[in-house]
Amino acid sequence: MSAPRVVLVDDHGLFRSGVRAELGRQVDVVGEADDVQPAIELITSLRPDVVLLDVHLPGGGGQAVIQAVKTSHPQVRFLALSASDAPEDVIAVIRAGARGYVTKTISTAELADAVRRVAAGDAVFSHRLAGFVLDAFAATAAEASGSSGASGAPGSSGASGIRPSFDPELDQLTAREREVLRLIAQGYTYKEIARELYISVKTVESHVSSVLRKLQLSTRHQLTRWAAERRLA
Amino acid sequence: MAAQGLRGDDGYVEQPERWPPWTHEPSGRRPHGPFGRQGPFGPNGPFGPRGPFGPNGPFGVSGPHERHDPEGYTGGPFRRELSGSLGGGLAAGLAARRHLSVKKVRILFAVLAVVTWGVGVALYVAGWLLIPASGTDQSIGSRAKSDAGGIRLAIGVASLMVLILLVAGLAGDAFITSWIWPQVLSVAGLVLIWRNAPAEEQATLRRLAEPLQSGAGPAQRKRRSQIRMTIAVVLLIGGVVALFTPKASVTAVRPVVGVVLVIAAVVAFLGPWWVRIARDLAQERQARVRAEERADIAARVHDSVLQTLALIQRRADDPQKVVQLARMQERELRSWLFEGRAPGEIDENLTFAGGVRQIQQDVEARHGVPVEAVTVGDCGLDDNLNALLGAAREATVNAAKWSGAGVISLFAEVEAGEVSIVVRDRGKGFDPAAVPEDRKGLAESVHGRMTRRGGSVILNSVQGEGTKVTLTMPRSAAQPVGRK
Repeated sequence: MSAPRVVLVDDHGLFRSGVRAELGRQVDVVGEADDVQPAIELITSLRPDVVLLDVHLPGGGGQAVIQAVKTSHPQVRFLALSASDAPEDVIAVIRAGARGYVTKTISTAELADAVRRVAAGDAVFSHRLAGFVLDAFAATAAEASGSSGASGAPGSSGASGIRPSFDPELDQLTAREREVLRLIAQGYTYKEIARELYISVKTVESHVSSVLRKLQLSTRHQLTRWAAERRLA
Repeated sequence: MAAQGLRGDDGYVEQPERWPPWTHEPSGRRPHGPFGRQGPFGPNGPFGPRGPFGPNGPFGVSGPHERHDPEGYTGGPFRRELSGSLGGGLAAGLAARRHLSVKKVRILFAVLAVVTWGVGVALYVAGWLLIPASGTDQSIGSRAKSDAGGIRLAIGVASLMVLILLVAGLAGDAFITSWIWPQVLSVAGLVLIWRNAPAEEQATLRRLAEPLQSGAGPAQRKRRSQIRMTIAVVLLIGGVVALFTPKASVTAVRPVVGVVLVIAAVVAFLGPWWVRIARDLAQERQARVRAEERADIAARVHDSVLQTLALIQRRADDPQKVVQLARMQERELRSWLFEGRAPGEIDENLTFAGGVRQIQQDVEARHGVPVEAVTVGDCGLDDNLNALLGAAREATVNAAKWSGAGVISLFAEVEAGEVSIVVRDRGKGFDPAAVPEDRKGLAESVHGRMTRRGGSVILNSVQGEGTKVTLTMPRSAAQPVGRK
């Protein structure tokens, strides 16, 4: 497989040039953009395999880029990259369609690996994202089991047109997925997880992809609410 | 002194729930003096909150200012209370122990001294001699035992008094002699106390003896006290004459007049001195409060700001580290100045996730190893979870110190029935069986803490691959925070 073609979207020029210098030999960095609008234009014209996308951009945040591009160019994959750790922002970008999230403290080798993984269609969860996802799903699970919480807070979900629903297929993680996420959150690599759980790396990847699908497709208003509560806290 | 610092490489104490008491002493203050930190009202003094007579001590009455002390105090004997004492501090000690007012106890003592025909006074001196002062273990008596010269002197003085009394007793009144007999013991005791008491108590004795040497001093004061003494002597003679004149005209009124005159004499003679003592005591108390506040601030600045400045100087070549230290110090100082929270003290509103973050920050700042913390869920803290956090902190610090790993991962999850923390590193690992006996870190602070509260510890370590410590603690009825 040839090196994936990558576009960097980040408002810090210094960071872009740093990543470019570090990743240069392992991936093919074809372009850079520093804001939402230039990024959209660049991606539609270059059609890269992977976009390394900063969660925070001055003109609307990373999810604006994904939303503008994903219907016309579904083959372009996004890997969110952030220094900030506000969970609701990260979850928003993932729900918009990014296939993974890594922090800017990641090592070059790991970043190159993550880019390749995303290019191949896999999901990339950093330990932090795994924690956020566990947290979000734990919250919704607690809510689904207790009936008292269902009537409250229709405000935000009503506005976006999502009706309260609970679909166990999408709204709950399986025990295995939970286990995998826990190990990711503890800093395990996929290979280590496979060894720990006596499964193949491919199976680990499929569990993570399944979690990502649930995260993106679940129509739960609870997820929005979880994010809202996190913002308040 | 600086060795007490909290942030030395090995001196750092990792358990926040038992942060060491401030040990810094401003120069010139004796730590064991009555007003020192170890003194009676210091946090560790017998009358401090943790002392035996403090609110939580075995002799204490649980007062409204209760403070929980998990260590408890395993008892201790009655001690003399030197601060604010007039004599040996027995009244003050008893008052503090029984939570009575000192004044009431003093009046009680005075009444007892009179009704016991002076035996009370002798007993008081004996108590002074035999009961150690607060904050010390040794009584004056135990020191006096080895003071052969003092004992000889005491016996000499006592026997001289006995002789005088025997001679006086042939002619004298039974009332006077029976009163003075016990004072033979008192005087002997006072001699021993005088010779063997520590400096502060000698000062007290000097103050007691002051009226006897009032002839000395500046000319004006001398004249005034001479006038006072003249009046007192006249009154005293009048009173004594009234008391002991066998052929007074009005027999029934005679003792009353005599007593009044004697009391008037005593007041005239000693009154100003009493007033001065009361004033001195009040001033002394204020000064002590101010000094203690100052010492407290000095101790905190020393433990936080000065330590950090020293660290910054040592790491001046590492700008990142300097910034990190400065930030940490700023955070600490702000929380102390504006939120009233002492560094290292656990915030009462702190939640479990906040506690995990604090471990992350502290270990990163103090050991320079990045900690990646992930928390899932949150809840309020209780004793179980504090123990869990303490164990996790110890495990994290261990990993930072010994594993050699570049990063430590800390994963905490709050579930319905239990709370777990996983501390993991990819360092060199170790063989748990090969840890020497004297390295108690893991055994006591992690394992002991967890099992005492019904938690469990699973330790996986592979040499060359890293270590994983899984801590699990059952939850008590605490409700999750931030969720409905």
